[in-house]
Amino acid sequence: MLFTSYPFIAFIAILLFAYYLVPRRVQAPLLLLASCAFYAFSGWENLFFIAFTVLTVWAGGVLLEKNLIRQKERLAAGELSPEEKKAIREGEKKKRKRLLAAVLLLNLAVLATVKYLGFFLESVNGVFGTAFGTPSDWIVPMGISFYTFQSIGYLVDVYRGTVPAQRNLWKLALFVSFFPQLVQGPISRYGDLSKTLFDPHPFRFGVLRRGLLRVLWGYFKKMVIADRLAVAVIAMTGGKDRGGFALALLFLYTIQLYADFTGGIDITIGLAEALGVTVAENFRRPYCAVSLKDYWRRWHISMCSWFRDYLFYPVSTSRLMRSLTKGAKKAFGDKAGRKVPLYLSSLIVWGTTGLWHGANWNFVMWGLANWAVLMISQECEGLYAAFHKRFPKTEGFGWRVFAVGRTFLLVAAMNLFDCYTTLGGTFGAFFSIFDPAAWAGFEPAGLLSLGLSGADFILTGICVVLMFGISLMGAKGDVRDRLARKPFALRLVLVVLLLFVVLIFGAYGRGYDAGQFIYNRF
Amino acid sequence: MEELLEILNGLHDDVDYENEEHLIDNGILDSLDIVTLIAEISDRFGVTITARDIAPENFNSASAMAALIRRLEEEG
Repeated sequence: MLFTSYPFIAFIAILLFAYYLVPRRVQAPLLLLASCAFYAFSGWENLFFIAFTVLTVWAGGVLLEKNLIRQKERLAAGELSPEEKKAIREGEKKKRKRLLAAVLLLNLAVLATVKYLGFFLESVNGVFGTAFGTPSDWIVPMGISFYTFQSIGYLVDVYRGTVPAQRNLWKLALFVSFFPQLVQGPISRYGDLSKTLFDPHPFRFGVLRRGLLRVLWGYFKKMVIADRLAVAVIAMTGGKDRGGFALALLFLYTIQLYADFTGGIDITIGLAEALGVTVAENFRRPYCAVSLKDYWRRWHISMCSWFRDYLFYPVSTSRLMRSLTKGAKKAFGDKAGRKVPLYLSSLIVWGTTGLWHGANWNFVMWGLANWAVLMISQECEGLYAAFHKRFPKTEGFGWRVFAVGRTFLLVAAMNLFDCYTTLGGTFGAFFSIFDPAAWAGFEPAGLLSLGLSGADFILTGICVVLMFGISLMGAKGDVRDRLARKPFALRLVLVVLLLFVVLIFGAYGRGYDAGQFIYNRF
Repeated sequence: MEELLEILNGLHDDVDYENEEHLIDNGILDSLDIVTLIAEISDRFGVTITARDIAPENFNSASAMAALIRRLEEEG
């Protein structure tokens, strides 16, 4: 059931009505029921996959906490020497570590099998000339990367003692399967989402209106901008992707991706808000970033912080990394050796981030490209600082605009990896931008042959300016709060206008693939 | 403390580490800085910092980092 489908709108209307009608203690179970129904629409057999994750992670959390309690009891019982206490702590910690590893491996094995086995076998066949059959007809359960990562985050937090285990199986099931974020995240933290997810929520018209306004804004971004641009993007990646078209693809896809993903997240956060649940923000004006490092602090924040806290830090502080650092110091000296954890852990993280986005070499290359740029920037930081010291004027507004433009171009260029499934496709399009022969005969009017009319481009242009304008206004506080202070009549006109824009100019009908969110496939 | 300040100044020399108390919350130190910092601290102080120790409250200020190092030294 797609967010942009009529059944989904009906589903939401019925759910909201029932949610505020039933006794408040039934609200959370109702949400779980709705989440299961929503998930079942993507294929009832997918419920087995998510149920497996819920059960294993729930049991793992409860057992981890029981072990912690047992450790406390053992430490409190009788007079113990510091050595005995240390032995107890280390012994119990080892048990917890084994348990955590077992549950994580089980869940990662499921994810790896359904999402990566085909890719792995194809790669093996390609390298060794073998002929292993690839399970090409397997359908990856919807949102499996998102809910698996969210569940892993919860379990690691319980292991680290930063959140208590959820002993109520149904509550944990709701945390894992909360439907607004099943499709494309964000990857919520248990400590954040649990603050409001299980609480009773009395009906407040203001809360409902506020949430639905954000949902409408999300639909505007998705259906008026992203789905319209998708028509041109599909036409270009389908063959018209050389020279000027490749350059246009680079810009149009980057705008489409922004409208699609942030629009989807607006729908998610808005829906949760309408239900009284707070979901953490996932973006902070990413295209205002002044560097790639800055960009990754602003784009898909929940995924980046997940990789940071549950992969980057554990890998960079692991025993293996410590011994590698030791060896590197001996071989290359202290200064270079100390950089080993940073370089190697980042490489692992970016390789994994690439694979997380999709099981093909294009995404792996995308991850490695990000890693390379980030590491080069890191090495040049001293040089940048010296440059700005020598030329203080380069820290003003003009420099900032330049830095934002440079970062946007870099991100847009790397987004090309996302447009194709093969490296040849990506590099062919990218390098044609610099090939005069590929530009021969190109005229801007040629863009009108991509399935969108001049009026479509003008409308999209206006809407894109509006989208980024509103986003910039958000830097000074939530735009809805500012809107709420305006006269009622003005608010009403603006909301009705937005609704009509979505209804009239939303991309529907033949020629449009209104529906799939780009991040849905990750 | 002086040794720690020396390491921190090596990362970003334009930060007032003696008074700044929101190094993480204000984004002055990012994850790449933290990993570099941990490698340096482990080297100089001979302590093992694990992922569990990497929390804002342990890295928001130089004094919080010094307290973390002291605790890890005591735990051996």
